[in-house]
Amino acid sequence: MVTLNFVVLIPFLAAMLNPLFYKKGTRLHIGLLPMIVAVSLFSYLLFYIPQIANGKTFLHTISWIPSYGINFTTYLDGLSLILALLITGIGTLVILYSIYYLSENEQLGHFYTYLMLFMGAMLGVVLSDNMMVLYVFWELTSISSFLLIAFWYQRKRSREGAQKSLLITVSGGFGMLIGFLMIYTMTGTLSVREVIQIMPEMTGHGLFVPAMLLVLFGAFTKSAQFPFHIWLPDAMEAPTPVSAYLHSATMVKAGIYLVARFTPIFGGEGIWFWIVTGVGLFTLFWGSFQAVRQTDLKALLAFSTISQLGMIMSMFGMGSVALHFGYSTESVFYSQATFAALFHLVNHSTFKGALFMAVGIVDHEVGTRDIRRLGGLATIMPITFTVSLIGSFSMAGLPPFNGFLSKEMFFQAAVDITELGIFHMDTIGNLIPIVAWVASIFTFVYSMIIVFQTFLGPYKEERLERPANEGPGGMLISPVILAGLVVLIFLMPNMLGNYIIRPAVESVFPTLVTEMNLGVEISAWHGLNTALWMTIGVVVLGILLYSFPRAWRWIYAIFPIGWSLNTLYNFTLEQSVKSSRKFTNSYMTGLLRHYLMYIYLFFILLVAGAFVLTGSYDFTISGNAEISIFEWIIALTLIIAAISILFAKSRLTAILLNSVLGYGVALLFVIFRAPDLALTQMVIETVTTVLFLVAYYFLPEWKKENEPRRINLSKLLISIGFGASFTAVALAVQNNRLFDRISTYFENSYELAGGRNIVNTILSDFRGFDTMLEVVVLLIAGIGVYSIIKLKAGNRGDKFENQ
Amino acid sequence: MKINNVILRTVTKLAVFIILTLAVYLFFAGHNSPGGGFIAGLALSAAFVLLLLVTDIETIKKGIPLDFKKVAAFGAFLAVGTGFGAFVFDVPFLTQSFGNFVVPFFGEIELSTVTIFEAGVSFAVVGVVITIILSISEDV
Repeated sequence: MVTLNFVVLIPFLAAMLNPLFYKKGTRLHIGLLPMIVAVSLFSYLLFYIPQIANGKTFLHTISWIPSYGINFTTYLDGLSLILALLITGIGTLVILYSIYYLSENEQLGHFYTYLMLFMGAMLGVVLSDNMMVLYVFWELTSISSFLLIAFWYQRKRSREGAQKSLLITVSGGFGMLIGFLMIYTMTGTLSVREVIQIMPEMTGHGLFVPAMLLVLFGAFTKSAQFPFHIWLPDAMEAPTPVSAYLHSATMVKAGIYLVARFTPIFGGEGIWFWIVTGVGLFTLFWGSFQAVRQTDLKALLAFSTISQLGMIMSMFGMGSVALHFGYSTESVFYSQATFAALFHLVNHSTFKGALFMAVGIVDHEVGTRDIRRLGGLATIMPITFTVSLIGSFSMAGLPPFNGFLSKEMFFQAAVDITELGIFHMDTIGNLIPIVAWVASIFTFVYSMIIVFQTFLGPYKEERLERPANEGPGGMLISPVILAGLVVLIFLMPNMLGNYIIRPAVESVFPTLVTEMNLGVEISAWHGLNTALWMTIGVVVLGILLYSFPRAWRWIYAIFPIGWSLNTLYNFTLEQSVKSSRKFTNSYMTGLLRHYLMYIYLFFILLVAGAFVLTGSYDFTISGNAEISIFEWIIALTLIIAAISILFAKSRLTAILLNSVLGYGVALLFVIFRAPDLALTQMVIETVTTVLFLVAYYFLPEWKKENEPRRINLSKLLISIGFGASFTAVALAVQNNRLFDRISTYFENSYELAGGRNIVNTILSDFRGFDTMLEVVVLLIAGIGVYSIIKLKAGNRGDKFENQ
Repeated sequence: MKINNVILRTVTKLAVFIILTLAVYLFFAGHNSPGGGFIAGLALSAAFVLLLLVTDIETIKKGIPLDFKKVAAFGAFLAVGTGFGAFVFDVPFLTQSFGNFVVPFFGEIELSTVTIFEAGVSFAVVGVVITIILSISEDV
């Protein structure tokens, strides 16, 4: 069965069919089809939970390019199941929410198509076992994120945010691709599962560390880890449902997924531990520190997402230590960090999703999300207030919400890790709990800001765009469900822990699973241990900091505004645009003859160069057949026609002479008994002549050009060189001394492809891939010509741009 | 502009059908003898080009109410689609298959999925050629 592969493909199908649905559906909302898709995929995946919890995994392969080891293989284990459930589950809620959030006047067709594209791509990332396929889906998520951020493309900031996210995440993706190729070089396989088997013997390989760093580069850019986090706040220009879905619940977790998936490959190494933990912790601190100073609620949530992602990342780093110890009690001890990471991953999706949606409702109702203008909404929007309260308190790590549980486990892991005797932990390891604790104080502060500055305090209607009202019922469903989950998970954490998280931990530590139980019993009360004291400290200090902001806000003034990473990004972007324009302008002269010269020169260098290097110019023509009188006549006609073009007085003459050349070649084909080629050549010649005549009107006047002798001479040299190398190739092909003949492969075309016309079976069967892509190229060229001519600049004007 | 091209017109009326028949013949002949999707597409376009030459664009558009951009897109979709179609039968991308079938009246004939692929090629070629010619000539 290949049902899991279809789970990935169905959203793509939905994306394709969406436009049809959009036209036909008169009364039904266009969001309905995507929602049905998401709900059914979610419920379908739910059925896998019992089997996955029993340790089963599912593997389905569809051959794609088997000769290169690239197959569309889906692999479902605990880790991919968690992510897949989040993608479809949160996806359902977000689509439901978006139906009420976006007005009918928006381009809803585009929106849902992009959203489905994203859902398919993201499912592809988490379900693919083949690294190349994973990479393709990975980049597709970046592209769909780009499209969704730029959904309101009329706004300059949306376009800039989209560009920024694309540049950063795609460059990370390229790095990751190189990393994958290195892994392939080391292990000889593209399957992640097989790499996990082989890699432990390869840790001494020279490419091991570079591959690790490149994979991490990809993961960090995607998961907005410092210093690549700068794209995420700008991505908040997207509509709120998109921010809730892509930029907090799913896409940014792809990097975390990648780290988790590759932990068994690279984990257990000191470098991996320090980079993942260190970057994660610093991101945790930096994100929360920056979040406090934001005044835009969505920007605040963006930084808080960065910070929470850093926290999850650092826990994966700490958990990876377990692999270093192999089978021992210590492994179980440290693997608890991974358990906590996955637990927090789920929790974060619930409370952050709820918060984003609540903020979206506020923005939707009052027209602003600037906390300086908001206040006193608690009584007017009681449900939104409750949802925000639950979400924020969970994020701050307070009971009775799920954030408390995972936060405690995080503190516990941070304290435990200091006892680790390896990787120089004894020296700077003590910093880990301290950084974690300080960052959590800031987390507490910004969580309070979200609730209290928005919903309490004086109500300032004159500063709002519209008087406040509670959001429409449909919009409230999703956040209320998520907030309900926040509380429910607190009450019954072990249900989630046993059935969903434990299998996921097992798939992060496949080597340990046979020997020991990696599950963790989650309980709200552990007694008064260090972690609880840390939480109490966070609350006390947090309340103090929140109450007296003036006393410490001067810290932010220390960093000069001009010294941010954004400045660096903008500078780099500006410079690269400038220098690439300069470089391009230096050779793109706009003159066709220059371009032709580049092409010919390159051809001469490459082909003639290869000829000289390999010695293939040393061919004999003695074995060739005799040249008959007809061939002489045709060849002479061709030569005369070719030379006459040079002396033609009008363009029409030149075009006709050119077609004489073409038809002459067709005649030659007839003589050499190649009717296919002759026929094709004739029709092509006819159609191009017509095209020439059609374009005739636009061509400039045919006149003699007065160019210096030197340039004319160089043109002559290039022409002769090109002609000579081409002739040499044509003659040398007969000798074929360089390679073995491949024609034997095609000779039994009738048995292999069922056709007696070998040329056509080669075109459409043996080398069908080439033909298929040529067809696509042809289409692109056609659309290109059409749009260049029909949609000339100026027809549409700039009225949509730069609002 | 009005040019008296009665001869061309009369010839075209007949020739177009011959060319169209030839195109269809070439398309099906391609499997075992000279022909094929690409050349059939080109022959079809030649027929359309001939029609465009003797009559004006508006008449053609009325007579053949096809959006050639869509024809081209449909062709590319068919060609790529047969590639994905292979997945349904759990074989590698773009695997084509063929078999001999006995059809009443025609007797035993060979049917092949490559025909669909070739149809895609033909549609793409016709669509693109006519799109390009139309858009350049309409721009005058």
